[in-house]
Amino acid sequence: MTSADFFNVDSSLSEEERAVRDSVRRFVDERVLPIIGTCYVEGRFPKELIPVLGELGVFGANLPEAYGCAGLNNVAYGLIMQELERGDSGIRSFASVQGALVMYPIFAFGSEEQKKRYLPKMATGEVIGCFGLTEPDFGSNPAGMITTAKARPDGSYVLNGAKMWITNGSTAHVAIVWAKTGADEASIRGFIVPTDSTGFSAKDQKGKLSLRASDTSELVFQDVVVGASQLLPQSGGLKSPLMCLTQARYGISWGALGAAQACYEEALAYSKTRVMFDRPIGGFQLQQARLADMLTEIVKAQLLVLHLGRLKDAGTFTPQQVSLAKRNNVSMATDIAREARRLLGANGILAEYASMRHMANLESVYTYEGTHDIHTLVLGQAVTGLSAFN
Amino acid sequence: MKIAVCIKRVPVMDQRLPIAASGIAIDESGLKFDVNDFDLWAVEAGLQLKEKLGQGEVVIVSLGSDAVQEQIRKALSMGADRGIHLKAAAVPPDARVVARALADELKPGGFDLILFGRVAVDVSNGATGAMVAQLLGLPCVTAVSKLEIKDGRGRAQRELEGAQEMVEFPLPAVLTIDEGLNRERLPSLKGIMAAKKKPLEVKPVTLGESRITVRRLQPPPERAAGRIIGEGSAAVPELVRLLQTEAKVL
Repeated sequence: MTSADFFNVDSSLSEEERAVRDSVRRFVDERVLPIIGTCYVEGRFPKELIPVLGELGVFGANLPEAYGCAGLNNVAYGLIMQELERGDSGIRSFASVQGALVMYPIFAFGSEEQKKRYLPKMATGEVIGCFGLTEPDFGSNPAGMITTAKARPDGSYVLNGAKMWITNGSTAHVAIVWAKTGADEASIRGFIVPTDSTGFSAKDQKGKLSLRASDTSELVFQDVVVGASQLLPQSGGLKSPLMCLTQARYGISWGALGAAQACYEEALAYSKTRVMFDRPIGGFQLQQARLADMLTEIVKAQLLVLHLGRLKDAGTFTPQQVSLAKRNNVSMATDIAREARRLLGANGILAEYASMRHMANLESVYTYEGTHDIHTLVLGQAVTGLSAFN
Repeated sequence: MKIAVCIKRVPVMDQRLPIAASGIAIDESGLKFDVNDFDLWAVEAGLQLKEKLGQGEVVIVSLGSDAVQEQIRKALSMGADRGIHLKAAAVPPDARVVARALADELKPGGFDLILFGRVAVDVSNGATGAMVAQLLGLPCVTAVSKLEIKDGRGRAQRELEGAQEMVEFPLPAVLTIDEGLNRERLPSLKGIMAAKKKPLEVKPVTLGESRITVRRLQPPPERAAGRIIGEGSAAVPELVRLLQTEAKVL
């Protein structure tokens, strides 16, 4: 048994789930790990991997085969996210946005025509999407958004407003934009907006010290006209984008596990080869305590997401359970990344090693898709019945 | 073109392989298994030939316990059309017994090409492919590193020590595939799902008597610790002397 699978979690996976995991693992080993350190330093998302990821079938992999997707169960989908983030949070973020935040809303709220038009091309990566909910002044409180979509007599809409922290924003061909068609949050609707529409602009957000191998942009809509056929007909109210976020957060809770495993494996290997005071540093109690703590947290996080995945496949999971998993696993991964970096000593600050890159990335993951604090309040509300923020 | 590829389930080689209490086999509990590397290149060769010709069938054949079905499905998830599991309690140590069972299955199949990996990385026999060719009376080209099939004939390149040999052969033929012919594709996620629906026929086989018996399996002897005879250029004369008189390599 490998140290990476201390509790033989593999024995709880089906042959197909393991096969999916192994394929994505090898893709990450061969195509992501050799280049990702350089991409990170250069602040470049490796776009050249998009068609390869599409061919492998990771985009929207848990959506039906009828729309060109792989039709996997949610545990297999989670394992894909785990392996991608073992490479880098930026790669996993790309796949999360494409699958859970763009393909999923088209699948869940779109017309049959929209599904047939977009999903197969998004599965191959020919069409790339982004998701616009967060605004410069409305992050944890999306109900307050000021982006508007005014209906015109011919059934089309005019969009005005701005969205911020949009992953894939400058790369995308289409944006799923959430906007108010009236005064309150019940009027929020989703639109599929082509990014070459007149009045649509995307600007790369400069100066990031985290998720450097990822495109993060600001979107501005100035009198952008979208036809009636671009409205997601089944979307309605803030609940719709929140349903998308539940899908994405589910994937994040697996992804963070992958980042933690990468840091732990790196720290473990280093501790066995790095000699100080005439013996490997893994022989010292302080480093053993670090490694034992990391291993314990990883095993707990693994069992948590595996059970959550089984609940999701059974159709009985709740958004609050996803909040717990996202909150725990991302927090666990940020701690492990920092401890791994420390164990690596001075080498740990180099891009040649993964831990500090993961450590910096995970600060974004800790903050996006519902901050750690907001998920704390979601859980507080779930157990007390009292909302701390409404 | 009808292509058969014979594959073997082997332990993944980058893990420690403990010897079982019986002392004649490895302890397989908790080990990871995969398709033998050379066999994966044979599968890839079969798939590429089929794709190039735009028609044909790639059939995967594997002998062993029910566990080998996982490896057959991997080949199916890469794109092979169907699988045949020759069900036996275990793979016997006598390659001829395995070759006989495979040949009996392959003979009526009407295959134009029968592909093997050059050698199985677990037992390093490298005998089964050539034995099947012998039993079927077919030409056999081993250690193929380049391959071209045209108008019912094949051309292959073999890597020799200090030379490359180009050979021609008629079809049907048996080939064993070496490193360097290709790099096998990753099973796509759709391929993994599709593999579940592809036919996998299970055929119990009665194996002949194995004339080879494994008596003992032991780890290689521990390497003796090295010896430091000095440091810097001052140690060179003594090193040369020991290499001549003790190690006798100079």
